[in-house]
Amino acid sequence: MTDAGYDEWLDAIGEGEGYYLECPDGHGSLPPRRVCPECATPELDRTPLPESGTIETFTVCHVAGPSFADEQPYVTAIAEFGPVRLTGVVRGTDPEDVTVGAPVEVGKGTNETTGEDMVVLRLR
Amino acid sequence: MTGVRVAGVGLTEFGRHPERTGRDMFAEAALAARTDSSVPVEDVEEINYGNFMGSLAERQGHQAPLMAEMIGSRCSATRYEEACASAGVAVREAVRSIRSGENDVVLAGGCERMTNLSTAEVTEGLSTAADDLYEIRAGVTFPGAYALMARAYFDRFGGGREDLAHIAVKNHDNAMPNEYAQFHREITVEEALDAPMVSEPLGLFDACPVTDGASAVVLVSEDYADANDLDAPVSVTGSGQGGDSLALQNRHHLAVTPATERAAAEAYEDAGISADAVDLVEVHDCFTIAEVLAIEGLGFYEPGEGIGAARRGETTATGERPVNLSGGLKAKGHPVGATGGSQIAEMTRLLRGDHPNSEYVEDATVGVTHNAGGTVASAAVHVLEVDR
Repeated sequence: MTDAGYDEWLDAIGEGEGYYLECPDGHGSLPPRRVCPECATPELDRTPLPESGTIETFTVCHVAGPSFADEQPYVTAIAEFGPVRLTGVVRGTDPEDVTVGAPVEVGKGTNETTGEDMVVLRLR
Repeated sequence: MTGVRVAGVGLTEFGRHPERTGRDMFAEAALAARTDSSVPVEDVEEINYGNFMGSLAERQGHQAPLMAEMIGSRCSATRYEEACASAGVAVREAVRSIRSGENDVVLAGGCERMTNLSTAEVTEGLSTAADDLYEIRAGVTFPGAYALMARAYFDRFGGGREDLAHIAVKNHDNAMPNEYAQFHREITVEEALDAPMVSEPLGLFDACPVTDGASAVVLVSEDYADANDLDAPVSVTGSGQGGDSLALQNRHHLAVTPATERAAAEAYEDAGISADAVDLVEVHDCFTIAEVLAIEGLGFYEPGEGIGAARRGETTATGERPVNLSGGLKAKGHPVGATGGSQIAEMTRLLRGDHPNSEYVEDATVGVTHNAGGTVASAAVHVLEVDR
C-alpha cells in the first residue's frame, strides 16, 4: 500500500532532504496537505526541515499493539523541528537516556514487524 | 425552540461479557430506557446509535438498523462514530433534532463489545482513533497518546504520578455502590503507584479498563412530555461540540484541550449558565490525566490547577464539586461507543435522586457531562438541569 504525499515525504527524510510545508504566514505543516491547516491557504511551499529538533514529550510504551509487539518496550516521542512537530520512535539509545529537551535528528526506519517505513528519532 | 427532557435511561452492567453480542447488550439498555420512560416503542421516531470499533470487534458494520430491530422498531436508525465520543454526539444529534421540531421522541445511546478481543487487538483497535500516518506508525497507542500528554503537562505545569493516583483512588471509591460499574474494589495511592507501567508515566491504575456494555436514553420534546404526563424532571438545557487537529503533533499545546473548551463554551451559552453554576460533573477520564485536562477545559480550574483537585478533596464525593460520582470511565468502565450515553444516564440518575451516590448531591440542580474522542480531537459537552 502506498500513501501518496506521505511516502514521498518519508523517503525525502530518509535521504536527508526532509522538508515541511510552509504557507505565506509562516505556518508549518506536513504532507499530505492541499491547504494550510491553520489558515486554509492553498499556497504551500516546501521548506527544508531544520537538522536538529528538541524532544517535547515522550513515553516508554510497555503494552503495544500487534504491529509493535516485537519492539516493546519502545519509546515514542514528539519533537519540535522549527514550526512543525514530528512524532517518531526513538532508536539507538536506552529509554532511560531520553529526556524532555534532548536534541534529536530525524531519519527513516523500518518497523520490523510490519515492514512499514516510519519516522525514527535519534539523540544527537 | 422546544425544550428537551430525559424521559428515561437504561444501562447494562459494565464489565467483561465476551460471550454477549453487541445487539443483545444494546437491546437490554434500550429496553430498560424505554421502560424507565413509559414511552411506547412505536412512538420512537429515530435511533441515534454510537459505536466505534464494531466492524473490527464483531465484524458487524451497519449496526444501527440492527439495533432498532432488536427493540422491535423499524424507525430510521443511524450510527454515529466519533471514537470515544460516539454516544456523546449521538445524544447531541438527538437533542438537535428534537429542538428543530423534526422529532418528538429519539432514543440515543451506544454500545461497544471489546473483551472478546485480546489486549493487543484492543490496543490496536483503539489506536485507530489516532492519526494513521503520523501517530499509529510511530507506535502511538491510546495509553501512549495520553502518556505523551501527561508528560507534557508535568513538564509545563508540574504535578506528578501521585496526584494522578488520587484521581484513580477517588473514582474507585465512587464506583463502589454503583450497580452498573465494572470495578467494586477500593484501591490505595500506594497500589496505584506500584502498579505495572502501561506507557510511562501512566501505570495500570491510571488507565480505564477494557469494557463491554451499552447505554440508552429516551429524549422527548417538552410538548410530548406534557401531553403524555411523563415524570421527567431532568432537561438537557445545553449542548456543545468542539474539534481539534487529530494528531497531537499538530496541536498548539499538548497539555490543554481546546476542543473541550469550545464544546463547553457552546454548551454553557446554550444553557445560559457559567461554569460557576455547575454542581457536579461526569468527565471523560479514560486516563487519570484526562480528568485533569477535562476539569480545566470545562473552566472549573485554570490550566495547571486541576492536577491537585482530587488530592485536595475538592472533586471527591464530599467535595465542593464532585467529579465522576459514577466511578467514571476509570472504575465504572469504558465501553467506548456507549460512554457518552452512559454519562447522560448516570447524571440523570444523580439529579433525579435515584443513584446510589445521589446522597452526596441532594441539592444539586445543574450537572455537566463531558465526552471526548481520541486525544480530545473531538468533545461533546451537555448541561442537564432539574427544573421540575
